[in-house]
Amino acid sequence: MSSNSESARDGIIGAVRRSLGRGALGAESEDELEKRLRTPDANTIPARSNVSHAEQVDMFTRYAEGVSATVSRVSRAAEVPAAVSDYLAEHNLPSDVVMAPDEALDAYPWGERPMLGIRRGRAEDADAVSVTGAEFGFAETGTLMMTSGAHHPSTLNFMPDTHVVILPANRIVGAYEEGWQALRERTDADGTFMPRTVNMITGPSRTGDIEQRMQLGAHGPRRLHIVIVDEA
Amino acid sequence: MEPKSLQFHDNVAAALKDAPLQQSLSRFQTGFTVKRAEAKALLPEFEALRDESVAIKNHALANLDHYLLKFEEAVVASGGVVHWCADGAAARETVLRIFREDDVKSATKSKSMISEEIGLNEFLEDNGIEPIETDLGEYIIQLAGETPSHVIAPAVHKTREEVSDLFYEHHQKYGVTKRHEDVPELVDEARQLLRRRFQAADAGITGANFLIAETGSVVVVTNEGNADLTEVLPRTHVVLATIEKVVPTIADASTILRVLARTATGQEYSTYTTFATGPRRADDVDGPAKFHVILLDGGRSELLGSEFKDILRCIKCGACMNHCPVYGSIGGHAYGWVYPGPLGAVLNPGLIGIDEARHLPGASTFCGRCESVCPMRIPLPDLMRRWRERAKEQRLAGWRERRGLAAWSFIARRPGLYRPMSRVAARMLRGWSRGRGRLASFPGASGWTNGRDMPAPEGGTFMAQWAANRDASRPASGGRP
Repeated sequence: MSSNSESARDGIIGAVRRSLGRGALGAESEDELEKRLRTPDANTIPARSNVSHAEQVDMFTRYAEGVSATVSRVSRAAEVPAAVSDYLAEHNLPSDVVMAPDEALDAYPWGERPMLGIRRGRAEDADAVSVTGAEFGFAETGTLMMTSGAHHPSTLNFMPDTHVVILPANRIVGAYEEGWQALRERTDADGTFMPRTVNMITGPSRTGDIEQRMQLGAHGPRRLHIVIVDEA
Repeated sequence: MEPKSLQFHDNVAAALKDAPLQQSLSRFQTGFTVKRAEAKALLPEFEALRDESVAIKNHALANLDHYLLKFEEAVVASGGVVHWCADGAAARETVLRIFREDDVKSATKSKSMISEEIGLNEFLEDNGIEPIETDLGEYIIQLAGETPSHVIAPAVHKTREEVSDLFYEHHQKYGVTKRHEDVPELVDEARQLLRRRFQAADAGITGANFLIAETGSVVVVTNEGNADLTEVLPRTHVVLATIEKVVPTIADASTILRVLARTATGQEYSTYTTFATGPRRADDVDGPAKFHVILLDGGRSELLGSEFKDILRCIKCGACMNHCPVYGSIGGHAYGWVYPGPLGAVLNPGLIGIDEARHLPGASTFCGRCESVCPMRIPLPDLMRRWRERAKEQRLAGWRERRGLAAWSFIARRPGLYRPMSRVAARMLRGWSRGRGRLASFPGASGWTNGRDMPAPEGGTFMAQWAANRDASRPASGGRP
């Protein structure tokens, strides 16, 4: 930070304190605020997703479909490659996909579908279809949580026209807070738990900017297809 | 942005005669208001979440110094840089310095009202850097050389035909040969052209819906995904945010996010809600190498100590303008500066001065719909009233308004004068209407009667009717009560 910015910081913090009619907070107040920051309590969580897991899966599906995502469900992991290639064939989409370098996706027997051309890595402009996992699906609004990292380059979520997400049913939970809590539990040695990017994704990209007419595929994917896998 | 709020009355007259604008306005308000009501009805906790959101923002503002410093600490810990800027000029210079150091030639942008406030695009152009708006609505108005007329639907004043003309005019140089007219084709044309720009851009500029003190994260909400491509593809990500955007924790942001989309567009949740924390990590294969946050005061610290501090809770959802009959009649540009609608009527005077924005607090029927839908329960009509008082104290009102109000208050405070005068006035107006119950014209009130009839008084004055009713309802002597 430049010294310019440093003096600007002092100026702004000073102006804020003057407006609040006080000086710097005392040690006691600081401690209290620090406690609120370090041990955050959840606020009101809508009750709608506080139901059985089976109902959460149904609710997730209903809300995701309500925002123009498509959902299919398979019972066994072995069925996943077929579900993906069938979806692509059905929609006349290319069978070459770019797949997240995510170990969790290695659990599926992709080799049994030689028609699928698979490259692992980040997305480039020419990629028409991406296949990724997701950290969680939230029943509350049919929202997916994606975290960036070596296992999941975030370009995969935005560049290809079609985004296929493989979501084990046991990753479907109720409210957003459950996902954040799980991330928090992975806090590393230097005290951070936030990946560079957390994307909360609810349906495919859209815009209503021309005459309020909703049009899918504004800049991100035109299609979001979610394959729910019952087998853990 | 250069304010044009002093010409408010001329702007209004022009807006009312602008046929494409009126066509756009008649379409848009019903959409947003109906969808908000439906989303609210689906969530029993909606009002509780509003109350909590208000409390969170009030708490954050009451401890703003603390949370800003915590936010900076967390950004630095994640490998980012925070730049504190007292005013727009400092913020512009800081962006330029970052870009010069990084040899940036073009920058994609996702929607940022702060960028409008500080006139960033024009400044970058003057310095040889090309800013590229990527929100479809912002892109449309950038081509048109205009400013946003709504905080979340910046091109709401444009018809499909106008967009079609703009695209055809500006896209031929990229090899587009057909004038597209359908919405899907137009969206696709913009998508393809902008995709090239995303990939070529050296830097990306976004605004921020929230800054999170706990983690140093910047939250940006879109439906298009344009902010995400702006963040992830270029090598530098610059965030422009004002200081009141900070909230303590992710849990706090989650609570406010639950009311934001529902209130703004009636969606249960926006398509993309993105939490960005610092630059690319060691094992990342994409994402920006540099992460800068510009923390701009821009008049907020002063507002914090004023009677208008409640406006700092605003999350720029646009609900107040979606529900405002004045905005619905004149659109956003008539307000003459960055923020339109009831929000602008309160915030603009706070940022550019009541002298410059003196007409805006008057752009209200005081129907109160804005306050009733504001997710942050900002008392907008009350704050407008206070600005009117300030304008009056500073003698900013025109002589007609001042004399008129002085005469009226002289009479109104003297019942002995007021009653007979109102009796005579009512009788005169009744006579003038020749029994039709309405007046097609009235001297001195052409502003009203040019557009509609004025109802003529029927029956006696309020005091006369009151007296008559009291007599009639009084039980006759000897009767049962």
